[in-house]
Amino acid sequence: MFGYAGKTLHVDLPNEKTSTDPIDEGFAKTYIGGAGFGAKMLIDYQKPNIDAFDPDNPLIFALGPVAGTMVPTMGSKYGVASKSPQSNLFGEAYSTGFWGAELRRACFDIILIRGKAKKPVYLWIDDDSVQFMDAAHLWGKTTWETEDIIRKDLGDPYIRVTAIGPAGENLVRLGCIVNDRTRAAGRTGLGAVMGSKKLKAIAVRGSHDVKVADPDGLVEFCKELYERCRGPSTRKYRTLGTPENILVHNRVACLPTRNWQSATFEGAETISGEYLLEHFVVKIQACSACPMRCEHIAYVSEGPFKGTYARMEYQPMYAWGSCCGVDRLEGVIKAVEQCDLYGVDAISTGVVVAFAMECYEKGLITKDDTGGLELNFGNWEDMPKMVGKIALREGIGDVLAEGVKVASEKIGRGSEKFAMHIKGVEMTGYDVRGLKTAALGYAVSRRGADHQRHGAYGVDISGKVDRFKVEKGRGKIVIDGEDLYSIADSMIICKFSRGIYQGPYDDLAKIYTLVTGIPMTPEELRKAGERITNLARLYNLREGLTRADDTLPYRVMHLPIPEGIAKGSLVTKKELDFLLDDYYETRGWTSEGVPTQEKVKELGLDAYSNVVEKKGKEEKVKVKVGSRGRKEGSKDD
Amino acid sequence: MTEHEFVAADPDKCVGCGVCEYVCSMQKKHPFNPLYSRIRFVRVYPIVNLGMTCRLCEDAPCVTACPRKALEQSKENGVILVDKDKCDGCGWCIEACEFGAITLDPEDKIAIVCDLCKGEPKPKCVEWCPEEALELTTRDRLAKKARVSAVRKLLLETIE
Repeated sequence: MFGYAGKTLHVDLPNEKTSTDPIDEGFAKTYIGGAGFGAKMLIDYQKPNIDAFDPDNPLIFALGPVAGTMVPTMGSKYGVASKSPQSNLFGEAYSTGFWGAELRRACFDIILIRGKAKKPVYLWIDDDSVQFMDAAHLWGKTTWETEDIIRKDLGDPYIRVTAIGPAGENLVRLGCIVNDRTRAAGRTGLGAVMGSKKLKAIAVRGSHDVKVADPDGLVEFCKELYERCRGPSTRKYRTLGTPENILVHNRVACLPTRNWQSATFEGAETISGEYLLEHFVVKIQACSACPMRCEHIAYVSEGPFKGTYARMEYQPMYAWGSCCGVDRLEGVIKAVEQCDLYGVDAISTGVVVAFAMECYEKGLITKDDTGGLELNFGNWEDMPKMVGKIALREGIGDVLAEGVKVASEKIGRGSEKFAMHIKGVEMTGYDVRGLKTAALGYAVSRRGADHQRHGAYGVDISGKVDRFKVEKGRGKIVIDGEDLYSIADSMIICKFSRGIYQGPYDDLAKIYTLVTGIPMTPEELRKAGERITNLARLYNLREGLTRADDTLPYRVMHLPIPEGIAKGSLVTKKELDFLLDDYYETRGWTSEGVPTQEKVKELGLDAYSNVVEKKGKEEKVKVKVGSRGRKEGSKDD
Repeated sequence: MTEHEFVAADPDKCVGCGVCEYVCSMQKKHPFNPLYSRIRFVRVYPIVNLGMTCRLCEDAPCVTACPRKALEQSKENGVILVDKDKCDGCGWCIEACEFGAITLDPEDKIAIVCDLCKGEPKPKCVEWCPEEALELTTRDRLAKKARVSAVRKLLLETIE
């Protein structure tokens, strides 16, 4: 095969055995890579309805067809999939840097990891040679230390490592997987799944060529793509980077502040992208084969956090900045650094700490719980200490380590009403009360609260639609976004480059064929996106998802934005139901959000028609027992 | 004295994307495999990035070190020429090079080193570098540039 290595690596942790399986062209073209491979392997290899920490929950690493090539942003990325310990549904996360390209040169497309190791191990993939290495000396080490030690132990500074930190080891549900220091497969708690398997890291060295079907054609097209990467569509990422959003979001009142009590932040100026670039950014660098280079590395040169380095993006700056009421970037930079070291998702963990701050201010937790920290909103000096407490499960950190959903259930006393999550996954930084297309996208997102499954905030913020209104057609906008992003996460492209592809399926299909030699039309690729979205939905339905789970946080539906241009806006239950009905109908799903048999057949997912059948039977039972049925059907209540 | 041109990287501009490695390995018919690239980038955490390749040293130590006289420095443009028949991959040249610029071809096990993309209008890495961090230059031109920028920094910026 071209592009693809054509091989899955099966890893049996308890027996320390590996085997390989060929990947054929049909499989490749149907599921593309990344998210598609992840969803397919998960639904096929995971026994239904087991716990995320059950050894039988497979942990899947998957590349796209283009990994390891010079195609801009597609060369570097990898995806991780598993049952999420946060949502108990489809868990997926994507990372970039250099690890993915190295795995492709070692000639694997997918690593399917099953079971639980008897003692801490790491996997050492040196081309065809795959070894289980003792990780006793790495257990408890940070992600950065782990990478350094492995490279030293194996005697090669070019080895690429992806690892969990202490958080993943301690089954902290916010746990992520970190590679190349500042890059993480961050969301949905997959680091905790890796920790539950006692798998500390995967070290890779690959020496093979990455053969593509049409090298001359690809290089020629790359030349053009590189030009576009330096053009207006990527300007934001090359200059201020995503932190540019802070002031934009503050202006349009979608910058969630003090745990979503407001959508505007009086301290936005000093946590802005502009302020960051002027005072803290010391270098902008790149992932493998990326002419856009967006990685803004910030350095703190004075004060209590002197000497701290971290890569800064808008989302963690929202979570640790406005959401925690913090207007000092030193504190934000320190918190992000701690997240990378301990191996927790910087977005979710910031939102969890914001939740704890509100609990503290409301007297639901005390100084005894926080180990003496005055956890008020805005306390930028103590805030970063919370990362270690959560990762090591110290004091209140033990409760917060479960994520806001479970933590609020444990703390109770009304805190559930300000636990900012969807499906157990913490909210990302778009205040969807005044972004109603995005609100739908968030509600139906397969991995819980997320802007990256659909990108629907784009039409709201740019004014292409009336963002305060719900109307027919919003479903179609979200669907088009979701299917495209399913392809983006399967090929796997960096979404920062989304503006450079014309069509966009035309260019993406062209790249697919130039690399793999497998004929692919834009329509076939779009269909594959729809297939992957539906497959993940079928997986979620099998694991117990119901319409009631496609919802928004209580605060989004009950507390209007108190000030700013979006003042008074929220999403009512009636509006949400209207949006969901429009979305389900346009998708070709039932009013309960289940794909119809026709849809399943049309997408070639006949093998999973039993999920649809079973859901149909459940719906009939619910109709008989009345309206209570739907609620009881949701395992997450 | 004729000054030889070589590929130099500007550490302020280099972002560590590795595109230079990919285009070089492509040129050498081993697509997207840095092991065949004559230029390798190094990232030293957190923020140091630099592409490293042959600097066409005067009186090149790799040539001196070769026990089989397999290496020779071109009088025409200063590149290190490897005699494939004589080289047996012993690696003395690799030890002699302070920049890690000469390596072994993983397949043929003979020394490989930057040839400035012989026959091409300019080296592929220079042509493709998205940051224009790579340039074909000489030691003298680098020195001139360094002097101007040092004086600018020392004097002009203090006046401003």
